[in-house]
Amino acid sequence: MDMLYKAIVFLPLIGFLIAGLGGSTIGAKASEFVTTSLMVVVAVLSWVVFFNVALGHHEEVIKVQVLHWIQSGGLDVSWAFRIDTLTSVMFVVVNTVSCLVHLYSIGYMHHDPHRPRFFAYLSLFTFAMLMLITSDNLLQMFFGWEGVGLASYLLIGFWFKKPSASAAAMKAFIVNRVGDFGFVLGIFSVFVLFGSINFDTIFAAAPTYIPAEGQGKVVINLFGMQLDQAHAITATCLLLFLGAMGKSAQFLLHTWLPDAMEGPTPVSALIHAATMVTAGVFLVARMSPLFELSPDALTVVTIIGAITAFFAATVGLVQNDIKRVIAYSTCSQLGYMFAALGVGAYGAAVFHLFTHAFFKALLFLGAGSVIHAVDGEQDMRYMGGLRKHIKMTYWAMMIGTLALTGVGVPFTVIGTAGFFSKDAIIEATYAAHSASGHFAFWLLVIAAFFTSFYSWRLVHMTFHGKPRASQEVMHHVHESPMVMLLPLLILSVGALLAGVLFHERFFGEEYAEFWKGALFTLPTNEILHHVHEVPALVKLSPFIAMVLGFVLSWWMYIVSPNVPKVLAQQHRVLYQFLLNKWYFDELYDFLFVRSAKWLGNFLWKEGDGRVIDGFGPNGVAARVMDVTGRVVRLQSGYLYHYAFAMLIGIAALVTWMMFGSAL
Amino acid sequence: MTDWPILTVVTFLPLVGVLLLLLTRDDSPSGRRNVLTISLLTTLVTFVVSLFIWIGFDNANPGFQMVEKHAWLNTGISYAVGVDGISMLFVILTTFLMPFCVLASWFAVEKRIKEYMIAFLILEVLMLGVFISLDIVLFYVFFEAGLIPMFIIIGVWGGKDRVYASYKFFLYTLLGSVLMLLAIMAMYWNAGTTSIPELLSHKFPAGMQTWLWLAFFASFAVKMPMWPVHTWLPDAHVQAPTAGSVILAGILLKLGGYGFIRFSLAMFPVASDYFAPFVFTLSVLAIIYTSLVALMQTDIKKLIAYSSIAHMGYVTMGIFAANVQGLQGAIYQMLSHGIVSGALFLCVGVVYDRMHTREIAAYGGLVNNMPKYAVAFMIFTMANVGLPGTSGFVGEFLTLMGAFRANTFVALFAATGVILSAAYALWLYRRVIFGALDKDTLKILLDLSAREKVILYPLAILTIFFGVYPAPVFNATAASVDLLLKNYTAAIEAAHSVAVTMN
Repeated sequence: MDMLYKAIVFLPLIGFLIAGLGGSTIGAKASEFVTTSLMVVVAVLSWVVFFNVALGHHEEVIKVQVLHWIQSGGLDVSWAFRIDTLTSVMFVVVNTVSCLVHLYSIGYMHHDPHRPRFFAYLSLFTFAMLMLITSDNLLQMFFGWEGVGLASYLLIGFWFKKPSASAAAMKAFIVNRVGDFGFVLGIFSVFVLFGSINFDTIFAAAPTYIPAEGQGKVVINLFGMQLDQAHAITATCLLLFLGAMGKSAQFLLHTWLPDAMEGPTPVSALIHAATMVTAGVFLVARMSPLFELSPDALTVVTIIGAITAFFAATVGLVQNDIKRVIAYSTCSQLGYMFAALGVGAYGAAVFHLFTHAFFKALLFLGAGSVIHAVDGEQDMRYMGGLRKHIKMTYWAMMIGTLALTGVGVPFTVIGTAGFFSKDAIIEATYAAHSASGHFAFWLLVIAAFFTSFYSWRLVHMTFHGKPRASQEVMHHVHESPMVMLLPLLILSVGALLAGVLFHERFFGEEYAEFWKGALFTLPTNEILHHVHEVPALVKLSPFIAMVLGFVLSWWMYIVSPNVPKVLAQQHRVLYQFLLNKWYFDELYDFLFVRSAKWLGNFLWKEGDGRVIDGFGPNGVAARVMDVTGRVVRLQSGYLYHYAFAMLIGIAALVTWMMFGSAL
Repeated sequence: MTDWPILTVVTFLPLVGVLLLLLTRDDSPSGRRNVLTISLLTTLVTFVVSLFIWIGFDNANPGFQMVEKHAWLNTGISYAVGVDGISMLFVILTTFLMPFCVLASWFAVEKRIKEYMIAFLILEVLMLGVFISLDIVLFYVFFEAGLIPMFIIIGVWGGKDRVYASYKFFLYTLLGSVLMLLAIMAMYWNAGTTSIPELLSHKFPAGMQTWLWLAFFASFAVKMPMWPVHTWLPDAHVQAPTAGSVILAGILLKLGGYGFIRFSLAMFPVASDYFAPFVFTLSVLAIIYTSLVALMQTDIKKLIAYSSIAHMGYVTMGIFAANVQGLQGAIYQMLSHGIVSGALFLCVGVVYDRMHTREIAAYGGLVNNMPKYAVAFMIFTMANVGLPGTSGFVGEFLTLMGAFRANTFVALFAATGVILSAAYALWLYRRVIFGALDKDTLKILLDLSAREKVILYPLAILTIFFGVYPAPVFNATAASVDLLLKNYTAAIEAAHSVAVTMN
């Protein structure tokens, strides 16, 4: 069995090496074939593991040792896998989407001269992501964490001739590093508290940190604060959460995600929708044995998640770039997941992660198919009326939108994926019966309304109404090839059925048998039961929000298409505020980028130049010159001076020692 | 164990090359080729022979191994050499980097190639001598003499401001070396011996440790270099020829770190403990300050030089954290930096040889016609940024962890280097490699030649290998580091108990 897991993780690496090192030799066709067929194998194997581990009755966590990594004092870390239900769910998500994206890219990247490189990067990303989700310790997770960051950087900047792509790639990496700064400090803090960063040890020792037990005793001195056990856990969780915020583009660290749309569209589907950006959710779910012990940290997670969900949805309302709308939607949906994590509904969060992967990848690949059809145009203002021309794509996008907005029949089990997972989150936030839970509930319901509005706005602007593209473009509009439509078809099935098939397992009756302890909850965490007891109106609220959003978008973009323009003119300030993404880029540019550059320049010219060199070597030289006025001799003679001084020194030392020993 | 004097053989083997070079004429193309071949063979043979040191090294033995000792001058000073887990790998690093230096100078050095190579081979002897010396006077001689060939290399074969650069280098080091010499005299006076193993077990009085520590600090801090005595390094790098930069960054900077471990930490534990906050402050300042300065550089070499200073900040921080992770991380960081920064300077050399400029603005879009170069440069850039899976990460992570255990504030501030390093390194990469190939002068550039591949590929492979599997290094260093820290802790505890009883 060990070989099975090693195959899943390392086959993509082999694909990367073949396409990356041998791509120019074997050619583009062969590179595509090798990487994609390896991914097909891996995807099939992942489903096998999912059936064995998650749906089977295998109680033990599976561990696979690969290689020793770092051993230094008490720190002992290996390259090793830990396979439980959580990992197997992620296996399915990552490898299914990655496999379909590989396939899709064969069509989408058809004209690109750098295809071997592209497929190599895709496989590299998959490998790093698999290292992240299979890790049995925090350090390997960090390896995968930064590895996916590298792959993301390379893929965003794939079209290196575009300055905007290079800039976006850099921004993504650096903003993620801000999160990683917290992550790495969190790892240190875990090490100090538990003496290890291996999950087994941490999870085994975590119960000894249950609040009220070790109260008062200082266990760590963190940044000047003397923390007892409970606070130490809170601080550690918050540091780790900073990492999660960076990777999952949460509020304040979200600025890189919309820019990441500079990359090719399949990349957006794989990395910036389905997999990498959910790594933060995975981290918190994986570390649930720690987070569960800290109500304070969970409150922060809830609030940040809810704000993100709301904030990103507001920005999504007015964007005109088809990919950016979906990007903000992703950001917003990630906020939902964190809100669920924060109220202790880990199952609901991972469930939404699971369903979201299908329908968001579907939406992105569908958008790619649209862009492909209209000759690279991404601005929805120059689309419209495409429905008749690209029917398959249209229906795929429709299914994706139905799933994202959560269309379903309330109080029954008829519904799309989002109907189950998103509604479960909204109910869970209400069922938490806490201030932060209620805060999240209201923001999430409003965000659901916005989600429905911008999603339908996208569909209307792209497919309905009259064509706004030029005659020439409309003339060339064509449906994508089969190799691109097949992934859309498979993802559509997932978007329709993932919810109804699995909701009882992820966050329902079969919770315990399914997760088998992979998600830790304290005995006092009864969110699973409370969810069933929320008022009917609460259960209905996302549905109402969804319907309202649809009606409003119908009215504004189909019935009377002049309304948006008028509204934008009447509320100019608000419109500009949203269109410019709450001015975060401008703010950060001023606060961090410009000030760092100014400071760097100041320290260089003034610090190094004027102060240190001025009073140091240059000052000394000037004084010497003043005195001797014999510049030439100084400049040519220093070497001899030095050698001479050293020789005199040695001679003095030796003489003194001989003299000394004689005495 | 070997029964032949392997350390002496390795150390002085380059002198055989020097001898041969003296007998060669370099005034014709074939003469030049002979000079290069002799130099390359000498450094290669030295490297291969030095591998026997690693093979014969007993990982379980924390003390000095392969010791040779001969009386010298009948004064108590002796020619004593040996290696332990701390010094052994620096010997290997030195011999390993030398062939790359020769290869890097193949076409780049046009005048006086014979003298140039002789300077390099002598430099190798002297640097190896520093790491293997078991007598403090011997150490001092090697330590100081090693700078002379470096002065010459910068001063003769350097760029147009070479005189200013070597003058600065000289002024800084002179101050340190005078103080260190005085300290060595004082140590002899107190301990009655110049033997390093004996000095290691000698307990210097606490009050005296403070002064000795400061004197040694003056010398090693300049070598590291630590903020604020770092300004000689960027100038020296910019003016030095490529191979000079490789040695400067790869090995000369490590002399300071090695000295801190061998002398400051091991011989003056009480003072090290006392001054640790001071060192932490300077290290953190170095990391943040020089990273910010690196961000704004317009010269590729200067940027990498400033980033070197920041990376050395991690080393000093790790050493004085005085715990296993910190110390092992510091050693690892030095070894890794030897490979990575050496490789980065070689990468700069590749484009400098073609364009004869180091201005970042003169480049852009090189990935279009130099894809292989772009890949190699990417790997080293990522290692410089400390991406997990490269050797750069292991040292950075461990030193930060060590610092976190010693003082969380230090780790907090030092960890900002993680963000800043990404900023300056990726920005550099973007400006040099990415973008469209607009500049006409760049369009004719060719990708890596066979010689350049031979230089860069092995380094890239090692960078990744030691990021994935650092165990060979840790196995070699663990025993000696543990012993050092055991003695250190014991000394600190003894000092504290004395303080307590006096109260």
